[in-house]
Amino acid sequence: MNKKTKGLLALLLRKPEASILLVGIILIITFQSLTPDFFTNANMQTVSQFFAPWTLIACGEIMLLISGEVDLSVGQVFALAPFIMHFAIVAGLPVVLGVVVALLVSAFLGFCIGVITVRFGVPSFITTLGAMLLFNGLTLTISGGFPLDTPDGITGVILGGWEYSEILWAVGIALAMHIMLRHTRWGLHTVAAGGNPTGAAEAGIHIRRIKIGNFMMCSVLGGFAGILNAFHVTSIDPNAGGANVMFLAIASAVIGGTSLLGGSGTILGGLFGAAVLGILQDGFTLLGINAFTFDIITGAAILITMISNVQFAAWRRRSRI
Amino acid sequence: MSDTNHALEARNITKRFGRVQALHGISLTLKPGEMLGILGDNGAGKSTLMKILSGYHAPTTGELLVKGEQVEFTSVDHARSFGIECVYQDLALVNTLSVYHNMFLNREVRHGASPFLNHKEMRERAAAALEDIGVNVPSVDEEVGMLSGGQRQAIAIARAVSSNARVLLLDEPLAAMGAREAGMIIALIERLKARGDVSLIMIAHNYAQTLDVADKVMMVQRGTCTFEGRSADTSVLELLDIVKREYRAAAQ
Repeated sequence: MNKKTKGLLALLLRKPEASILLVGIILIITFQSLTPDFFTNANMQTVSQFFAPWTLIACGEIMLLISGEVDLSVGQVFALAPFIMHFAIVAGLPVVLGVVVALLVSAFLGFCIGVITVRFGVPSFITTLGAMLLFNGLTLTISGGFPLDTPDGITGVILGGWEYSEILWAVGIALAMHIMLRHTRWGLHTVAAGGNPTGAAEAGIHIRRIKIGNFMMCSVLGGFAGILNAFHVTSIDPNAGGANVMFLAIASAVIGGTSLLGGSGTILGGLFGAAVLGILQDGFTLLGINAFTFDIITGAAILITMISNVQFAAWRRRSRI
Repeated sequence: MSDTNHALEARNITKRFGRVQALHGISLTLKPGEMLGILGDNGAGKSTLMKILSGYHAPTTGELLVKGEQVEFTSVDHARSFGIECVYQDLALVNTLSVYHNMFLNREVRHGASPFLNHKEMRERAAAALEDIGVNVPSVDEEVGMLSGGQRQAIAIARAVSSNARVLLLDEPLAAMGAREAGMIIALIERLKARGDVSLIMIAHNYAQTLDVADKVMMVQRGTCTFEGRSADTSVLELLDIVKREYRAAAQ
């Protein structure tokens, strides 16, 4: 192996986001050579609309996973937030303020989940499993189970009406969150809280505050993704989002290199992971491959990523590259 | 009656947890630059004493004095504000963070008033602090989880020293360590002593190592101090004798 390939290999192993980026590029080249429809404006819109919500929710889940928690209920906040916005607008608020109210309510829901988790020591898997059913019931109750139309106006266009607005929001927020994770105390303390909770507490870090904050962030991102999605499809659907969007977001995070065990993760990796899943789903649709195959591929990808993460960690320890 | 020459002094400390009397009145003094080794079995009360000195527990009765001033620590942070820092056995290091991030954990340097971390300055200051006390690591960018037990212990000590600790409490710094690694930590402790600006209290199990590095030693058994002496006047056999005597007494 010459020096250059060795350097490249080292980069791919050291930076999990680099390997998933490589996978994405290979997929793009493959699909483009198999079908001329891939690199068209219409298809790029489709791909971006696939993975924009996964990216936003993945950002929230990544912060939570790093701090050693998980949120299963965020897909239900995705469905609930647009209804809160609707009712705020019906009550007389302008659309922008309706969005703000919906995000505040989302933040409050995240706060409740966080407090229950850290105060009462309930594992977040259980807290958010309960919250998942509770929020879903809440959405179905206040909506009566029927979908509504989104309001007209410029706010809606900026938030999701234009074909590329969803993905621009998603990428912009992902970049901001990447900076937060790598270059602020909040990000560093999030890693510490998940990596060594006892040690972080002994160093004086307020672990509970960090975790509650990350639960709130995740819920807000879920609610915001739901609002963007509602404006995009011009309909507020009580059955939107759900467990499917939540699991795809966690899959994006894990494929991108975030550990399910806490203490390490990457926002950019989550963005690339979501893009890879979006490209796969879209590519298969273009090629006319059965949609069920997508689930097989996603499942296999998560397993392979987890196995290789464990193997690479052991290999790095041995070879110390 | 207080001696301002003492970096730390404990007078007749007792500690009771419910019905269990963990400490039956222990006193100690520590001059600046001096090192005390605390020996004793597991469950003898060494760790309880350490936790009282570091502000983690409050004593049931007894007094603590820092430079002759009586103090009542309300928390670990409070004790830290008096320059008393404990290096815990679990090291309080985050394996998935770099060496320099660990060195500055919860006292990070930022770019002025902005919320953004000044990685460059932390990196440089961490490297300087490690070099200052002669700790070698491959790179301050290396994740702590990649380092050996001895290197991790050295980083934990360096972190405490660089945060201006005046009294360092080392909780079994040589536990689960090979001879070479332990030698490295002992050499580091000796360099710290030579500088003369920190006092140290070390809990340890190895009599020979402790007598070798500490100025004075203390034996804690069943919550009481059964021996106190200068290391230079004490032998390993003497300490073993005390332990045997204690066991015989306990058996009867």
